[in-house]
Order: sequence, then C-alpha cells, then structure tokens
Amino acid sequence: MPPRTLETLTLASVSDIVIARQRARHWAIEMKFSLVEQTKIVTAASELARNTVEHGGGGTMVISTDGNRIRQALKLTFEDKGLGIADVEQAMRDGFTTSGGMGLGLGGSKRLMNQFEIDSRLGQGTRVTVTRWK
Amino acid sequence: MGVFLIVTIQVDMHDQLAMKLQDDLTSAIAKSESRGVLIDISSLEIVDSFIGRMLANIAAMSRVLDAHTVLVGMQPAVAITLVELGMSLPGVRTALNVESGMALLHSLSDHPKESEEDASSDT
Repeated sequence: MPPRTLETLTLASVSDIVIARQRARHWAIEMKFSLVEQTKIVTAASELARNTVEHGGGGTMVISTDGNRIRQALKLTFEDKGLGIADVEQAMRDGFTTSGGMGLGLGGSKRLMNQFEIDSRLGQGTRVTVTRWK
Repeated sequence: MGVFLIVTIQVDMHDQLAMKLQDDLTSAIAKSESRGVLIDISSLEIVDSFIGRMLANIAAMSRVLDAHTVLVGMQPAVAITLVELGMSLPGVRTALNVESGMALLHSLSDHPKESEEDASSDT
C-alpha cells in the first residue's frame, strides 16, 4: 500500500477543530483501529488542530495512509504559515504554554502517537506530522 | 439547601461552547445555592486538554462556591487517553455512573443537621 492522501482540511476557526476530530475518527474507523487507538488518534488530532488554529493563525490538516501490505499507518500532517516556534524543545515540554492552556498539546500528542515529527521555522511556519501504526 | 445540579454533555463541544458551559454552570451554582454538581460525560468520545481544563476549572470554581463536583461515566478509552495525554484531573472527583455519583455527592455535602430528603438507593 503506497502512501496515499485521504483528505485535506482547512483549519481556520475553533469549529474546524471539531471537524478535524470527526474526520480523524472517520478514517481511524475506516482503517479498523481499535476504540482506544481511535480515541488516541482523535485526541492528538484535536490538540494539534488547536495549535494550528490558535498559534499558527490557521492552516491545514492532511490525513493520509502509509505502510505496506502487512502494516498500515494513519498519518496526520498539520501545517501553518504562522510565526513558528522559537524553542521547539521548550514547546515540547509538558506545562509550557504561551496561551494559558495546559501546555500538553505537543508533548501529549507525541505520547498518544507512534511517530512524531516537528519542523518549525521562525517567521515561516510549523509542520507537525504524527503517525499511528496498526 | 441541598440542591444538586446535573449536567449531561451530549455533543462534541467546540472550545467556545465548553467555555460557555463553564461560565453558565458556575453562575447556576451560585444562583441556585447548589451543594453539588454532577457532570455526566458518558457520551463524550474524547476529552482533550481543553475539555479537561474546563472540567478541572468547574471543579475548582464550584469548590470556591462551597459546592462539590463529581464527574461520572467516563468511557475507559477516554480515561486511558487522558492519562497518556498527561492529564490526571487532580482535584476532580469521579464516579462510575450517575447513581454512585449522586451517592458520593450526598455523602460529600452531608451536613450534620437534619438529614435531607434522601433515603434512596445506596450503591
């Protein structure tokens, strides 16, 4: 099974976070992830979509699949053209927040998924990719 | 007074709706002089850090207003995810279902004066 894009969503407002959750759930069910795995994927999607909307000034979420005949993965990519993160290491730490939230978004989603990649450039934007394997 | 408020969250809430619930509920506690709030989240399919923070805030605010909050009905998958996310909801009391949640609220707000209306089911 070659990598395949399933859906691209625009994340502009807080109501798009709800849609991001629903679409992540849809594809997680489609790929027959267990209920606990679905819940983890949807929760990570919610956290990262909120980051894109609140900190990145909006952006996109791309839902895709990856893997081979034996193992499949659901991949979520969040991209914004916001200010970027000055100190990624600090931003990953639990409890670090610039918005008065819990500061669990990045670190928490990393724990909920199997793979986590972040690429942030000051003044250019941020891309976060998370993957959950079956 | 011994009034308890019961809230059932039935929809996938966006962030502003969650904030509104927090504000409305806090006002309702003060207005009705409630001694306890029971929040049923059995229909919630996820609790992310935003909803988690809202629930913790409601518990903290109700405490300041001399009321107790009990969260009931959390789905096991939600509980697993919430802990892994890093939220253990400190300060929020939980019960498995509405019935045991009500029993907990009664025991928490039991003041030694005349016992209230309940002689109902214990769990």
